[in-house]
Amino acid sequence: MNEEEIYDRLNEVFRDVFDDDTIEVDELTTADDIDDWDSLEHINLIAAVEQEFGIKFRMGEVSTMKDVGEMVEIIMSRV
Amino acid sequence: MKELEYPFDSAYIMKKRRSLKKSLLADGAARVKKKIAVLGGSTTNDIVSIMELFLLNCGIEPSFYQSEYAQYWQDAMFPDETLSAFAPDIVFIHTTNRNITAYPSVSDSRDDVNVLLDTEFARFEQMWQSVSERFKCPIIQNNFEMPLYRIMGNRDSFDHRGRERFISRLNEKFYDYADTHDNFYINDINYISAQYGLKSWSDPSYWNMYKYALCFEAIPELAFNTANIVKSVFGKNKKAIALDLDNTLWGGVVGDDGVEHIQIGQETGVAQSYYEFQTYLKAQRELGVLLTVCSKNDEENALAGLRHPEGVLRPEDFAVIKANWENKDRNIIETAAALNILPDSIVFVDDNPAERAIVSAQVAGVSVPEINSVEEYIRVLDRSGFFDITTFSDDDLKRNEMYKANAQRAMQQAAFGNYTDYLLSLDMKAEICDFTPMYLQRITQLTNKSNQFNVTTKRYTAAEMEAVFNDDGYIRLYGKLIDKFGDNGVVSVVIGRKDNDVLHMDLWIMSCRVLKREMEFAMLDTLIDKCREQGIKTIMGYYYPTAKNKMVKELYGTFGFAKISEDEEGSVWQLDVDGYEKKCSVIAIND
Repeated sequence: MNEEEIYDRLNEVFRDVFDDDTIEVDELTTADDIDDWDSLEHINLIAAVEQEFGIKFRMGEVSTMKDVGEMVEIIMSRV
Repeated sequence: MKELEYPFDSAYIMKKRRSLKKSLLADGAARVKKKIAVLGGSTTNDIVSIMELFLLNCGIEPSFYQSEYAQYWQDAMFPDETLSAFAPDIVFIHTTNRNITAYPSVSDSRDDVNVLLDTEFARFEQMWQSVSERFKCPIIQNNFEMPLYRIMGNRDSFDHRGRERFISRLNEKFYDYADTHDNFYINDINYISAQYGLKSWSDPSYWNMYKYALCFEAIPELAFNTANIVKSVFGKNKKAIALDLDNTLWGGVVGDDGVEHIQIGQETGVAQSYYEFQTYLKAQRELGVLLTVCSKNDEENALAGLRHPEGVLRPEDFAVIKANWENKDRNIIETAAALNILPDSIVFVDDNPAERAIVSAQVAGVSVPEINSVEEYIRVLDRSGFFDITTFSDDDLKRNEMYKANAQRAMQQAAFGNYTDYLLSLDMKAEICDFTPMYLQRITQLTNKSNQFNVTTKRYTAAEMEAVFNDDGYIRLYGKLIDKFGDNGVVSVVIGRKDNDVLHMDLWIMSCRVLKREMEFAMLDTLIDKCREQGIKTIMGYYYPTAKNKMVKELYGTFGFAKISEDEEGSVWQLDVDGYEKKCSVIAIND
């Protein structure tokens, strides 16, 4: 799976979780860019991403991920 | 909504919850509003938002109060203003083994452990007492799931110092409490977590990262199980199972293969699977669930199959048998009419996906579980929570007999030229009295599940009904009807609120199984007697329309009330007690 495919699938996950079809994520997207992305929704998002790519984030990764770019890097290294 | 019926896709529900909620709210379904206080010993946000979906899906629109993180005990013991003002209709205490404050240590004697156990239990018991005194509403309390690890290995299960043993004993104390207190229900997360798989359920990373006491993916399982209790408390359970025959109750097609070749009994593994399914259904029937047949078959063949000597169910176990070549949606609607229940109280069980699709598309509200193959039938039906029992009355045990007696009455009726002669021939006797503790449970149950013969559709929790029972400001009547075919049990409830010499009717309900028996007139006659005794001069009746109660739109009119006003909200009726003359001549009242 290349980076572009990952972004495409990730974008769908974001749209589903936040129920907003206008979302376009890129490597610099952070929680500040999406209104409903708070700490509670973060759990939901992480679970949905794990489900989509069939991976598990490690405990440390979940709390230290700074932006979507870092999330994609981790996904790339697992799939 | 299919997405929210068992077996559901948990990850999908978690991910799509926002859009699911949107489409539920947009479907225009009528829902009762209920306030649920969730007192959590761990994070509850996602549990609440998923519970909301399941409740919306079964006709309940919930609003929630949530404790601040892990403040369940403080909230229950010393509720703050927000919780008090919220005035919950139901309280859900979401605690888990993470909330057990002290476990036995290796040096503890048996007596030490007993003290520890009593202390831990007392902490919970105080909380339940406080909640039930303050809010007078039902309580749902989690039991405890098994521990994730066993320090002593297998010995943990029986040694008095073992955590597993300690949790089991604590659970046992919870059950004793639940078994002896009304309005208190156990949310069996011990069972649900085992079914889900304790290893995943108790994945500690969710506790350590988010303070969730279960894994994220299991939240829909927990929410569904809890919602099933709420649904049952508020009278939203199903009432009947309509069953296909060929490849549903037995293997093979009785019309083609012949009765001697259908698979049922002990001969083969497949036959045994169908036998187990029939056994399961027979047990449901004993608990008061109505069974009916809905099969494309000649009736003769259907009956032959049901009389198979190796089968468990017999033709007489079914309240209605529809074996014909009509479309099944039509048969379901006729079945509902014959039983005087609504189609949305029916669960339709058929192995054929095409029949399932037609019925679920054509009959609004009917539940159509995806049962797949025979070895899954029991699990899918059982886990769907259609019949989660919260109260259990003697009437439940007798229900099938009562419906069958109704069918006999219908046959008798045909033999009489005149309807009054028929009614007189039934030798009807009614017991119509003020509420008594013995019937309070049945009264509440009937009140909460009557939809059609119900002028106000006012619902009462057991605690609210008890408050009415203890208040002199009300005139209350329950009506029990007995005839020569049997005892119908408590079939009607009337509650009027006194305001000087005026009585306002809060509730007038009757079970549809005694329609057209003049039972409503017997209730009215008795009510008028009570009014005269207590100096009531005027009775005010109210009709509030719902999707289901059209049959009583003119009830007060037939009672001789005058219509005072009518608008979209409903109609208001008035009767002078003085001029009233007795209306019921076919039932002996309180002989």
